Amino acid sequence: MKAHSQRAGSFVIGLPAAWLFLFVLLPLLIVLAISLVEMRTGSPPYTPFFTWESGLPRMHAQGGNYALLFSDRLYIDAFLSSIRIAATSAFIALFIAYPMAYAISRAKESVRTPLLMLVVLPFWTSFLIRVYAWTGILNSNGLINNALLNFGLIKTPLPLLHTEFAVHLGIVYSYLPFMVLPIFAVLEKLDWTYLEAAADLGARPLKAFLRVTLPLSLPGVFAGFLLVFIPALGEFIVPELLGGPDTLMIGRVLWTEFFSNRDWPLASALAVGLLVLVLVPATLMFRVMRKGEAA
Amino acid sequence: MDAHQDRPLKPGALSAAGPIVRIDNVTKRFGVVTAVDAVNLEIARGEFFCLLGGSGSGKTTLLRMIAGLEFPDEGQVTIDGEDMTHAPAYARPVNMMFQSYALFPHLSVEKNVAFGLQEEKRPKAEIVERVREALAMLDMQDFGARKPHQLSGGQRQRVAFARALVKHPKILLLDEPLAALDKKLRERAQVELVRLRERVGITFIMVTHDQEEAMSMASRIALMQDGRIVQVGSPRELYDAPVSRYVADFFGGANLFEGKLTRAERGEGVAECAEAGVTLRGQCAEVSVQGASVTVMVRPERMQLSRTQPTADNAVRGRIASIVFLGGFHACRVTLESGKIVLARLSPAEFMSAGAPAPGDDIYLSWPASAARVLSR
Repeated sequence: MKAHSQRAGSFVIGLPAAWLFLFVLLPLLIVLAISLVEMRTGSPPYTPFFTWESGLPRMHAQGGNYALLFSDRLYIDAFLSSIRIAATSAFIALFIAYPMAYAISRAKESVRTPLLMLVVLPFWTSFLIRVYAWTGILNSNGLINNALLNFGLIKTPLPLLHTEFAVHLGIVYSYLPFMVLPIFAVLEKLDWTYLEAAADLGARPLKAFLRVTLPLSLPGVFAGFLLVFIPALGEFIVPELLGGPDTLMIGRVLWTEFFSNRDWPLASALAVGLLVLVLVPATLMFRVMRKGEAA
Repeated sequence: MDAHQDRPLKPGALSAAGPIVRIDNVTKRFGVVTAVDAVNLEIARGEFFCLLGGSGSGKTTLLRMIAGLEFPDEGQVTIDGEDMTHAPAYARPVNMMFQSYALFPHLSVEKNVAFGLQEEKRPKAEIVERVREALAMLDMQDFGARKPHQLSGGQRQRVAFARALVKHPKILLLDEPLAALDKKLRERAQVELVRLRERVGITFIMVTHDQEEAMSMASRIALMQDGRIVQVGSPRELYDAPVSRYVADFFGGANLFEGKLTRAERGEGVAECAEAGVTLRGQCAEVSVQGASVTVMVRPERMQLSRTQPTADNAVRGRIASIVFLGGFHACRVTLESGKIVLARLSPAEFMSAGAPAPGDDIYLSWPASAARVLSR
């Protein structure tokens, strides 16, 4: 009886564990392995990770790709500019999303759900199409430039598309819901009585917001920030479609190495570097959230 | 004898320095509901005033309008001589203790208590000193570094007190301050609260739905019903001299006899009561029209029980339906000849001197005219 339930228990835990091993850990290990070998022409386009020599396996790991990541300015610049663009975009999204989330959480209950639906609605259209649609708006003969030209506000079209501005715009637009939802979730649960208590103790509305509402909503702000920052860091579609030739982001560099240069090992090394870059803020978030729960 | 006599209610206080709170014809509506309906009220300095009523009686709304968390649609709220009708909560010299305590969960006990002083921009040293003092007064000096969720319910309540009192408000408002405590803790907290008020000397205004709590703590009570104040007075006045059946019923058990007023003079009324089978005499505050329908109220503990016809202002005959021993007293149900059931409370001494009555015994119940009230409402 007990052995049976134990077997059932290990099955319940074992199934997702096997899934994670097969589709997360194993591919990750393969990428890690490829990042440690050299490129070659042929199929597969990289040298084997280990070979059999007189019955014994021999590893051919080397750190050349990683050395290149740190020695070639291109890759360091790509990492740095990815961090910069992702972080500024996340901050812009935060400043747009917080008032939105606040307004929705304070709206009448009957309109709250429709408002949330409106926030999520863009997800019903393909991400690729939505980003592509922006090219039509930002083009030199697109919606904005045409309107400005017609009103006589400008004489020559503004360079909007293929700029870093467009990349920021695209990222903020695409990931805004990921910022709104966690902040809304926290604000909606916030007890109004805290604000009444703050007012009763002499705090004007702005001070009450800064001393009570804002600190209590920080978990939502953190979660939202990372939900925007992390995917934006490795974003490929937005810089590819809206960015200029000089907009450097890891996702794009990775794509070039993988498909244009067919340098799988270097692309893998870039992917591992990106993963490490994402892990740092992610662990930080979990640490903060765990601390918030314990406190 | 009177436990309320030692409470700080000085009849002259109202006229001496003016009331600390004046509510003038205040009305508050929420949509179609009138929560507070043309209420007038004056609260004296240093009182422990209690707003009592059932849910929806408007007591909390009235308290929140004094706090500045709601604003009246009509009327005026004056605090310490100043018109505060539309002053926001942060500009009022009052502090509130919330029913849920509303302690800021992200701040330690010390920082919670310091919050209001920081808003006043007091010097750091003064804040530290006053926070320490406030926590010490409530025996919470060892808990300053804790977060609210690390405290028990009783400790949280003390912190909420300290936070409200540390600002030295002119009035402390308490919204059901003891509702979240269990029964045993609540009784202790009642005593502590009354002592605390005596120590700090400021006016307390408390909202509660618990008549026993109001009776045991307040110097004066305003009983509210449907947004109106039904009666204001000391606990004894409300208990002994209710103005209406509602008030009589709200404060403990009351025997009520329906009848018609036949005579009323010099504060005494005589009523013909079919239910009692006789005419009943009782105190009558208002000048009522002869023939008006009235109710005669007698408290169960004022009833005397005897086996022989007593010589008393009022006496009725009946048969004991049941007697229940409840420790301090016997609860006795008597069926009158009209079929009406009357409650009597007998102390052990009364029970013995009545010859240990048993169910089925035919007996007389009697009471003096001073123990009965003739109510016209």
